[in-house]
Order: sequence, then structure tokens, then C-alpha cells
Amino acid sequence: MRTAIDPKYLIVFLITLVLVVGEARYHILGGYPRLVTTLGVCLATEVLLSWWLRGRVANLASAYITGISLALLIKPQANILWPFALGAFIAIASKYVLTYRGRHLWNPSNFAIALLVLVASDSVAILSHQWGNDLGTNLVIWAFGLVIASRARVLHVTLTYVVCFIVFALLRHLIVGGPLFAELAPITGPMYQLFVFFMVTDPRTTVSTRRGRMIVVAIVALVETLIRLAGDYQIAWLRPFYVSPPILALAMVGPLAMWWDLRRRGA
Amino acid sequence: MSRTWRHSIVTAAFIAAIVAVVVLNGRAAGSALGAGETIHLAEVAHASGIDFVHQSATLDPKVNHIAAHIAALGACVSVADVNNDGWPDLYFTTSRFGASNALYLNQRDGTFRDVAVEAGVGAVNRAGEGVSMGAVWGDYDNDGFEDLLVYKWGYPQLFHNLGNGHFEDVTAQSGLRTWMNSNGAVWFDFDRDGLLDLYITGYFRSDIDFWHLQTTRIMQSSWDFASNGGKNLLFKNLGNGRFKDVTDSMGVGSTRWTLAAAAADFNDDGWPDLYLANDYGPEELYLNHEGKRFELARAGLEDDSKSGMAVALGDVYNRGVHDVFVTNISEKGFLFQGNNLRLNFLKQLGRFDEVATGVVADAGWAWGAQFGDLNNDGLLDLFVANGFISADSGRSYWYAMSKIAGAQGNIFEDAKNWPPIGSASLSGYEHSRVLLNRGQVGFVDVAEEAGVTDRLDGRAIAMADLFNRGLVDVVIANEKGRALLYRNTANRAHWVELKLVGTRSNRSAIGAEATVEIGPGRQRQVVDGGSGFCSQNDRRLHFGLGDQRFGSVTIRWTSGETQVLNGLAIDQLHVITEPR
Repeated sequence: MRTAIDPKYLIVFLITLVLVVGEARYHILGGYPRLVTTLGVCLATEVLLSWWLRGRVANLASAYITGISLALLIKPQANILWPFALGAFIAIASKYVLTYRGRHLWNPSNFAIALLVLVASDSVAILSHQWGNDLGTNLVIWAFGLVIASRARVLHVTLTYVVCFIVFALLRHLIVGGPLFAELAPITGPMYQLFVFFMVTDPRTTVSTRRGRMIVVAIVALVETLIRLAGDYQIAWLRPFYVSPPILALAMVGPLAMWWDLRRRGA
Repeated sequence: MSRTWRHSIVTAAFIAAIVAVVVLNGRAAGSALGAGETIHLAEVAHASGIDFVHQSATLDPKVNHIAAHIAALGACVSVADVNNDGWPDLYFTTSRFGASNALYLNQRDGTFRDVAVEAGVGAVNRAGEGVSMGAVWGDYDNDGFEDLLVYKWGYPQLFHNLGNGHFEDVTAQSGLRTWMNSNGAVWFDFDRDGLLDLYITGYFRSDIDFWHLQTTRIMQSSWDFASNGGKNLLFKNLGNGRFKDVTDSMGVGSTRWTLAAAAADFNDDGWPDLYLANDYGPEELYLNHEGKRFELARAGLEDDSKSGMAVALGDVYNRGVHDVFVTNISEKGFLFQGNNLRLNFLKQLGRFDEVATGVVADAGWAWGAQFGDLNNDGLLDLFVANGFISADSGRSYWYAMSKIAGAQGNIFEDAKNWPPIGSASLSGYEHSRVLLNRGQVGFVDVAEEAGVTDRLDGRAIAMADLFNRGLVDVVIANEKGRALLYRNTANRAHWVELKLVGTRSNRSAIGAEATVEIGPGRQRQVVDGGSGFCSQNDRRLHFGLGDQRFGSVTIRWTSGETQVLNGLAIDQLHVITEPR
């Protein structure tokens, strides 16, 4: 008899695997205080707000995933810790504040990262290169990620995004010129692992139908490509966006899609 | 309390957190000003007769699309008293075939004169031989005259100072004619036999000839843990004008992309160690085991992988130890590596502690750096040169580079997969930092107040009391730009300078250490055999004293001899010869 495991815990396992492997091999955290701060604030905020606003303590798996994601993705100036603390609080609090018809609109870590890179770019950058640029490590995480995404029934989201990214990379290559591999390169990196397995697939912040989710993620890839083209053509006023195109594309498209879906279903 | 009220409170806290982010970010963006006391410098290169302009290398057309990136190195400056007249002279390198390096002799009247060509150390950039990337001075044969090692992308060249204003190229008989793509070298006496040995660092692999590329797979395999760079080589001085490669037997053949090295006794065991700043990888400290072998230390360096560009040594808080400053990259929004200011706790804790914050951590795309007491207050200040490629200010290569930076190594290891840089800048037009040391209060950037306002692409920094006034001046070699001389213009605080002359130790006294009691502290300095980024400070040691008590001076020669001097007069240079 097959035991059903809540997909949430499979994701918890996967992000823990990413953390442990990355830290053991490449010291990706940049110091344990970052992890302790982020995870601690995420869990504490979740406990406090869920109890205070909803009368019961929520399952902490989501806060755990958010905490690890933020600890891995935020790369601050020097040794400052406040982006981890405030980013963690803002991420979890956004679930209780930025809601529509009882559902939160942004993936928490996506919202916090997007906010930090947009309004705190003197203090915060996002993970741009880490983990040794090592094929072996990334293949392990991709393999586990694909299996777990399948079990969590979100593989169609991941694969749609990957296919769209490749198609749009080819398109950018034709438009911009330059090496094709330069356009394909980003998706082979660790930031995209976090993105395709933990952010874009978040079942709580995506639309209700399978077809809808695939369309939304395709639009995310399209908006990402527009941001990337802005980077290629050096459109100055969009510079804050092209430091992290996929994160900001999701931050724009995701909530709009959720709002539209909730509104349609409500009607 | 109603649910609505509770929700309103949470919303207010949420908004307050966002406001806090904005406020704290604003504080990070600004640099502290109003230090009160400051440093005064004036740029006088042209007025001093120095009109040297660095030219970058032209490479194989196969890498034309990123040549501006690859070839953005080679502007070096190193200081030595070449003719033993008691006045420091300057050597600059350039990197274009046919262009001459410059040897500026100090005319003792505030001006310099270039004599490189007639001295025989100018025409070193030749097809088939390679182009200059830097140079270090050291009296390898102990004849009393500083000799010159020019390291290159190509064959390094060793010039013997004949003592008559001319140099002889002795590379062929020295055993040093090994093709390397090097961006750093240090003289040091690792086995304390009284002869200067040589450590030459490799950046790109040594099988790469940049003018006849067999492959475009020449780049780093990782942005943070690459070990496919050129192999560093240690040459032991045999004493007969020849050097022997002892790299493997001594265990110092790192293949990380070393951009800079410095040698000093970091763990106080009496033997000079090697500290490496590696691009695309963690810093490395090789501890010297009595000249018999080196061991890669676990000293808190391996957890932190950045883009090390320079190694500057300084006793930041007058604790009697060598602390280390290593430059790295910061670019708003894209990357905050931050420079490392590592306080030395090797004896107590077995490690360095990284304490850089604020302007010390984030200087931009930082290259050369050196410590020196620029205001003679008894604390070592820090000068940091910044800026990588200043081209079209309206275009930046950062976004294009970020596409491949996160990718798998085998993609960007091949130069042909890099987006073309075209006319774009890459962290261009950045200004230098002049960081005034205020002790436990920390450093403050006083560059603007000090008169350091250039936006050239700084590479090498060297410090010397060029005009024998008891003031430290600053020389900067800029990539594809003119060299700068920042003359220290105003200070009445006390000082003392030491010129050490080895007898049983190497004659240059490179590696000898002086510890001077200043007020309640004691400041330790080492005679420089090469440090910073492709630079070398004057061999003379300068100590600012302020108005503090000047106590004893302890000199530890590389021979092992320790000499304690009391009652030295202030405000003058003391020539101290090692007891025989």
C-alpha cells in the first residue's frame, strides 16, 4: 500500500537537501547567523500571526520553506543581518496582509525578495552565482526536484516554465545576437532551482486550474524575457528589474493571475 | 480586541517593516562624513614629470568580444631606491607590444625622470616574449643593489642591477624562463638562508598563449570555487644567480586564480608565510613549517569565497600583528561580496576574524589597496583603488555578465559563450577610497576631503615617502590611464622611519619586521617584497607617531636575530644594519 505524503513535506525535504548539500560543499549561507535569523523570524512570525489573527497556530512547513529560501537567496552588503530579519517578517506578514478573498496573493519569499531588491538595492543583492557552478551538484538537486515536483503534482508548472524559458532564450538570441548559450545559461544555475521548485510552483499562490497554471507560468516567462530584453538594450529605468528577472516577473504576474482567478471563481 | 483591530495592527507592523527597510537601506548607501581630522593629498604626477600612461594588451582575435574584460590588467607600480641615493624611485609597467615600461628616477627636487630605456628595463613587451603585468624589486644576489623581476603574460624577466645605472637581463641563466600568465609575485626568504626566493602567481593557465590561442576554453570553471587557473610557482634562490623550482616539494602550487600574494610571519613562529588573494575562490594562507614545507591553513578563510584582488598587510589596531585586507567586488543590486578586513587571531584562536563593514566592505570593484599612516597619527589608514572598465558610461556589462555568472561552469569556461562586451563599462568611473583609521571607532572615507577625486580605473597602489619629508605619498597605476601621484601635503605630527639593511639576512631586508611602541600600543610592519595588487611599497618603514609616546623599536631579522633599540630620535630616518 502506498503511503500518501503531504506534498508540502516533500518540498520541505527538497529545500533541506538543497541547504545541506549547498552548505556542506560550498558554504552557501555565508554564516549561520543568517539562517538562524531568517528561519527564526519566519517561524516566530507565522506562529504569532496565525494564532493572533486566526486563533490557531498554522502548520509551519510553509514558513520553514520561506525561511530557507530567503537565507539562501538574500546576499546583503557586508555582514548586515537586518535584511534577513525584516525580509523574513515581511514575507510571512504579507500572507496575512496582502490578501484577497481570504487568500494571499504573493508567494511570501518572492514578495520579500522582490521588495528588497527594488527598494534596498544599496544593501541587498540576490544570489547571482554560488554553489561552485558545479554540474554534478545541480543535477542531483534537479533530479530530486523533478521527482518531488511530480509527486507534489506541480511538475507541469516546472516543465512549462522550463520549456518557455528555452523557447524565449532562443528568441532573445535571435533578437539580441550573441551566444545562444549565454541566453540559456541562467536556467542552469542555482537561483533557478529555487525559483522553479519552490516559488513558481507554490500551490497557495497560483491559479486553480492546471491549464491556468500553465498559462500563468508561460506569462511569467514572457515577462521575464521582456525584462531581460530591457537589460540587453540597457533601458535605464528598468535597471532595478533586470538584476533578477524571474523573481520580479513572478512578483508582477503571480498576484494579478491570482486576483483574476479568485475574482472569476467568486463570480 | 476585535479581529479588524488586530488585522490593522499587523498591517501597520507590515508597513513599518517596509519603511524600516527603506530607512536602513538609505543608511547603507551613505558614507559617514565629518571625521574632523582628515588627510590632505594633492595629485602632482604631471608636475613631477610623471606622464606615464598604461596601455592594455591586444590579444588573439578569438577573444575579441571580451578582450576589454580579459586584458584589463597590467598597470603596476613598484618602489625601490634603484641607485642607492636615498630617494625612492618608481617603476611602472604597461602591457602593449612595443610600449616601454618606465623607470622614474627620483631627481631629489620633487620631480622624476624616466630612464627605463637607457637602463635596459623598458623594452620588455615584445611579441613572442609576452607583455608586462607587474614587477617587484629585491636584491637577489646581495650585492647592495635592488634587482628587478618583471612578471608577465609570457616569460618573466629578471634584471640584474649592475649598480651603474644599467641592468642586465639574466633570465636565461637564472632558470626563471617559464611561460606564465602571472599577475603577481613576491620576493621572500622562505628558508631563511639569507637569499631572496621568489613566488610567482599564476592567473590564467600557463599553457595559454594569448596571441596564439589553441582553444577558447580559457576562463574560470566556477565563479566561486575555481581551481583551473595558472599554477603558482616557488623558486628557491640557489645563490649562484640560479633559481630552482621547488613548488611541488614545498606544497604551494595552488591553481586557484591568484591575483595577489603577500608574505609575512602571520603566526609568529619566525618563518614567513604566504597569503594569497584568489579570484573566483577563497583566500589561502600557506603556513611555513621551518622552511621545509608549507601547509594550507584552516584559518577561517575557506568559508568565504569571493573575488580576491589584492592583499594589503597592516596592523590595524596596533596589536603587534599582521592583519589582512583583501579587496573584492560590490555592485549595487547585482553583487555584494564586500572587501575583507581580517583581524589576525592566529595565535589566540587559530583564525582570522572578518570585520569589514560599511565603506571598508563596499568600495566598488576594488583592486589595489595599501595600508599607510597618511596623517601620522599612529594608526594605519587604508587607500583602496576602484573601478574595472570605464568605457561608455551609458552602457553596463553587469546584466550581460549576470546571465552566465549563475550558469554551469562548463558554459562560461569557454570564452566564446560570453556575451560580447562591446563598448560597455563594467563598474567604471568609480572613485578611490581614502579610509581614515579612527581606531575602535572605525574607518571613515575622506577621499573627497583629502582631494582624491579621480575616476580612473585604479589597479596598483604603492606607498612611499617619495620626497623624504616624513610623509607617506601615494602612487597609483591606472589601467589604460595615466599614473597618479598623490603627494601628502600637510601634517605636523611626529614620525620615524627605518631603513633596514640585512647582513646575514637578505640585503634588502625583505621580510624583516619592526615593531614600534606607539602610545599604549605597538605597531608591527614588515619590509615589503610585494603586496597589494601588482605593487610594492618602499622598503623603508614609516611609522606615524602623532603626539604619542615613542617607545622601543624591536626588529626581527629574517636570520632570526632580534634587535631592540631604545631612544631613537623622532622625525628622522634611521638606517639600521643587522648585527653581524
